[in-house]
Amino acid sequence: MKKTFKGMKAASGLFATIMGLSAVLAGCGGGGQQAAPQQPAGGEQNAAPAPAKTEQTIRLVAANHPWTEGIKPLLPDFEKETGIKVKVDSYFEDQLTQKTSVEFAANSKSIDVVMFRPLQDGKQYEKNGYFASLNDFVSKEPAITDDIIPSSLGAVKEGDKLYGFPLVTETQVLYYRKDLLEAAGLQPPKTLDELKEQAAKLTDPNAGVYGFVSRGKRSPSVTQFSSFLYSFGGDFMKDGKATLDTPEALQAFEYYGGLLKDYGPPGTLNMSWPEAFGVFTQGKAAFLTDASSLYTNATDPSKSSVADKVGFAPFPAGPAGSKPYNITSWAIGIGANSEKKDAAWEFVKWATSKEVVGKLQATGISGALKSVWDSPEGTASFPKDLTDAIKANSDSAVPYDRPLIVNVGKARDAIGDSVNAAIQGKDVKAALAKSNQEFQAVLDTE
Amino acid sequence: MTHWIEKNIKWIYTMPAVLFVAVMMVFPVGYTLWLSFHEWDMSNITPPLWVALENYKVLFQDELFLDSIWLTFYFTVAAVFIETVLGILLALIMNQHFIGKGLVKTLFLLPMVATPVAVGLVWILIYEPNIGIANTFLQALGIPPQEWLASPDLVMPSLILIDVWEWTPMIALIVLAGLVSLPKDPYEAAIVDGANKFQTFRHITLPLLKPTIYSAVLLRLIDALKTFDIIYATTQGGPGTSSQTLNIYGYVLGFQYFKIGQASALLMIFFAIVLGLSVLFILLRKKAGVSM
Repeated sequence: MKKTFKGMKAASGLFATIMGLSAVLAGCGGGGQQAAPQQPAGGEQNAAPAPAKTEQTIRLVAANHPWTEGIKPLLPDFEKETGIKVKVDSYFEDQLTQKTSVEFAANSKSIDVVMFRPLQDGKQYEKNGYFASLNDFVSKEPAITDDIIPSSLGAVKEGDKLYGFPLVTETQVLYYRKDLLEAAGLQPPKTLDELKEQAAKLTDPNAGVYGFVSRGKRSPSVTQFSSFLYSFGGDFMKDGKATLDTPEALQAFEYYGGLLKDYGPPGTLNMSWPEAFGVFTQGKAAFLTDASSLYTNATDPSKSSVADKVGFAPFPAGPAGSKPYNITSWAIGIGANSEKKDAAWEFVKWATSKEVVGKLQATGISGALKSVWDSPEGTASFPKDLTDAIKANSDSAVPYDRPLIVNVGKARDAIGDSVNAAIQGKDVKAALAKSNQEFQAVLDTE
Repeated sequence: MTHWIEKNIKWIYTMPAVLFVAVMMVFPVGYTLWLSFHEWDMSNITPPLWVALENYKVLFQDELFLDSIWLTFYFTVAAVFIETVLGILLALIMNQHFIGKGLVKTLFLLPMVATPVAVGLVWILIYEPNIGIANTFLQALGIPPQEWLASPDLVMPSLILIDVWEWTPMIALIVLAGLVSLPKDPYEAAIVDGANKFQTFRHITLPLLKPTIYSAVLLRLIDALKTFDIIYATTQGGPGTSSQTLNIYGYVLGFQYFKIGQASALLMIFFAIVLGLSVLFILLRKKAGVSM
């Protein structure tokens, strides 16, 4: 008897994950509640912000990201200006999605400001009613969005509803080792063919140096593979139909997989960006392609043993030209159930203001404001060749690095399976047929 | 009032326990069961939609789900078997008298005390194909370097090795406690009868230890089936889906695909498996005539 009880108890531990959801029951009864705007009716009497208001604390749920690290030291300024305190909770990307979705689904009122990935979670969160609409706030001061890069603003809109403000932008660039290329008498590759040739030339496993490294892990690889796909003339989908079985896509998958298989270090199947950067910054790879926003990982001497030897180049051109992604990777929004929406809005405004974005961008965090990018201070801290690469990229860039759908997680896994198959040298065509079918099934449920 | 309390004292005393069980166990299980008959993507706008057994049907047609059951059993059986054999061996060794026994015993417990996520992170570094010590070690032995956690073929054995490293001490500890409390007389009788060391072990130690070993295996079995932390910390089910056990797949379905109904159905099946195996094991133990 005692044993049975023990077994039960242990088995019920399985449900620990579900425990967090239990509060949802209470929330379900309430049904879909609306994000009641809590603006004072008149609006006029509040023309001058009242600093004498009782002290408020808002909660910001954020990612472990350079932006979060950058904003923390600036928070006292915000508190001085507005009297609003900000409590920051930060988590790794996947945990952030889990944490925030569970809290939102439980109708928790405790998330005032949330940091999110517009392309990963944005549509799902918006569809699930997690975000407060910012339209009312913006309509009072419409000029506030004028300075935001239009494509970035588009990433946080559903129809006319604005549910976030962009924080971080990034594009895929080529990182390379100046010293290795110089020693071999090579110029940074301008085309994908040249990249392959040079990667082959620079691969020397006996010396522990590989030609090329990038993400090979199932889901994380998809975003960094996307630029290759576009540059070969392919895309994830067209008019609601999956297009992974096109000849262009096949070429792109075979190229990317082949590069990692033939000239990559061992173990790429398990590499997301920290692992790929690890190999590059240990001096074990000649080329790396990844997001521009991560560049300090390669150029900071405390993180990189090749900090002074890293060069940047625009994304090499494929048969369809150079078509890197250029996306808004992070944004902030206001929780639908927050009881402090006004204070939260003050924070959103402040955090995306020219002054704050300027300060952050000076430490290497690329924002989404045109005026900051145009000012010399905005790019002063960036290596010159990186600024050039980002600028060159923006001419032909694609504004998404994964399919623009609600159920991104499942789609990424389906696509990632083919990237994995290509890296392992399996039958890519067969893998793609399967991926295409699974991806189409996801699209059919949208 | 006092009269009422006295009359109902047995209910009053058990109430907190009953409430705890109801709130922390019965409710979550019941709620998960309820959710498993619905389709819901954690929306605050669209309420769960009744779909009857659809979630279960979809799961049993899902290759990944069937794979994950196989991987879960593969992991559990292999890890628990190795842990049991090694654990008993270690307990027998530690039951001998030698210098520094106390120190060895303490050191032995360390893997068990460490948090699994930290253990996972340490093993990621050990297994790192380019700079990890595991390959350095292999090369010293003249064996070609391996990709370990990054190899679809080697990832499960690599994970099993981590589990064995972490949990063998637990089996050893329980068995050691059993060994210490064994009666001395049968051994004296055996010596008189001229039994050799192996015969004593085979015919006296092992049968007497059976109840202890059964308990240790049952505990490990349930735990190993549910392993999440080590796998999530090292591979998150990868490469591809090569180490996606039931628990990991449940997490993926729920928190990455937002398919709460399917995730709940998976957990219900998982619950049935763990419960079924535990009951089976207890029955087997009873049949073997071992009482606790």
